[in-house]
Amino acid sequence: MTVETFSLRRAFVAGLRRELVLSYRHKGDLANPLIFFLMVVVFTPLGISEDPRMLAKIAPGMLWVIALLATLLSLDGLFRSDYDDGSLEQMVLSPQPLGLLVLTKVFAHWLLTGVPLTLLAPVLGVMLQMPGDGYGVLVLSLLVGTGSLSLIGAIGAALTVGLRKGGLLLSLIIMPFYVPVLIFGSGAVKNAIEGFPVGAELAILCAMLVGWCMFAPLAIAGALKISVRA
Amino acid sequence: MAWQWFHRLGSPKWFYEKTGPWLPWLGFISIALILIGSTWGLAFGPSEAKQGNSARIIYIHVPTAVLSMAGYYVMAIAGAIGLIWRMKLSFMVMKAAAPIGAILTFLALFTGAVWGKPTWGTWWVWDGRITSMVVLFLLYLGIVALQEAYQNQDTADKICAVLALVGMVNIPIIYKSVDWWYTLHQPASLKLTGKSSIDPSMAYPLLLMILAFYIFYTWVLLMRTRVEILKREQKTTWVKDLVARG
Repeated sequence: MTVETFSLRRAFVAGLRRELVLSYRHKGDLANPLIFFLMVVVFTPLGISEDPRMLAKIAPGMLWVIALLATLLSLDGLFRSDYDDGSLEQMVLSPQPLGLLVLTKVFAHWLLTGVPLTLLAPVLGVMLQMPGDGYGVLVLSLLVGTGSLSLIGAIGAALTVGLRKGGLLLSLIIMPFYVPVLIFGSGAVKNAIEGFPVGAELAILCAMLVGWCMFAPLAIAGALKISVRA
Repeated sequence: MAWQWFHRLGSPKWFYEKTGPWLPWLGFISIALILIGSTWGLAFGPSEAKQGNSARIIYIHVPTAVLSMAGYYVMAIAGAIGLIWRMKLSFMVMKAAAPIGAILTFLALFTGAVWGKPTWGTWWVWDGRITSMVVLFLLYLGIVALQEAYQNQDTADKICAVLALVGMVNIPIIYKSVDWWYTLHQPASLKLTGKSSIDPSMAYPLLLMILAFYIFYTWVLLMRTRVEILKREQKTTWVKDLVARG
């Protein structure tokens, strides 16, 4: 066994491949957040108003809120099956730092939830009569913002993995941390539509992503170690 | 020698016996100070030039708001000490602090709403400070809910400590929100350094009330921690002796 076998890059690639293969074999789970996104967008004009001006006004906020909720729904299973079948214990015991392995899982989660939601958002924006100036910023802000959402959500998933029914509790403890992401994400889209500069909001979203990238793996790894030991 | 008190804190029994005699004093002083401060502020202090008598609610609003944020630090630091030094007692303090903090945050929001109606003409606005205080309230509720969800007390403690530490990011945001987003809520008028924008005739009763609330907080926190100690140590002989003695 050479030293290279233990390299972090290899661990990252192997972990990512495992996650992608696992999700590919459960294709149904991949579509659920997207279907949820579509359904709630359909509810919006039915529940609030079909008036195009009204819809155009609320579209950026609605899209961001629904994308956030869709991410939230997809989080419950993030560590559940690994916890049940003992893979999580192997990850805790492995020579690679748990934070890195966890980051792999979060990255896979973002690839399989955040990115599809981001790609679907402009289509649903058309359904909600969103004005044309907002689309580019909508995609950019969601692309960066869902990264933070996945990282923060993984903290919640790690904190509740030991509970049989963690779903609702997970949402409850994670939502306070989603507030700033939502504010700056939907704020950027609104500014773009109204013709204001969006650089500051996007920069803050990126800063939040970088910050959580540093901080979240530590918290997730800590919480997972506590859950596994219990 | 200097650290002996810290090691002794590891013993819930020592803490329980030590804090027992403090309770009547803390209770008496805090209630007396609250009575003096509120009478001074509500009856004898000057009324605000523009807001009239409605501004007198600051004597409740500001102390609850200050304590709701300070209480979060108490909770999170207690959790951190528990995680780092494996100290059972500090987890008990953390658990005791969460509901108190939630109630104080609620009171700060409620008194703010009552003040907002005559002053701003509305019960509620979504400005920076109010929104971040709601987030603080939700953080406290999340910790209480998580604490309840776990059957195993040891896991519950550690998990809640991690969540409390993650939540610390919110406190500086709340504290600075009135300076960063200059919206409806006024900036802080009491300052530790530099000149306060509040007249001494109002500042003194307000400071007295803040001090009174700090003592009151300590009192309630100690009482709740002592109950938690008895609950968790109920199988030990010293608690059984205590109960037997009546």
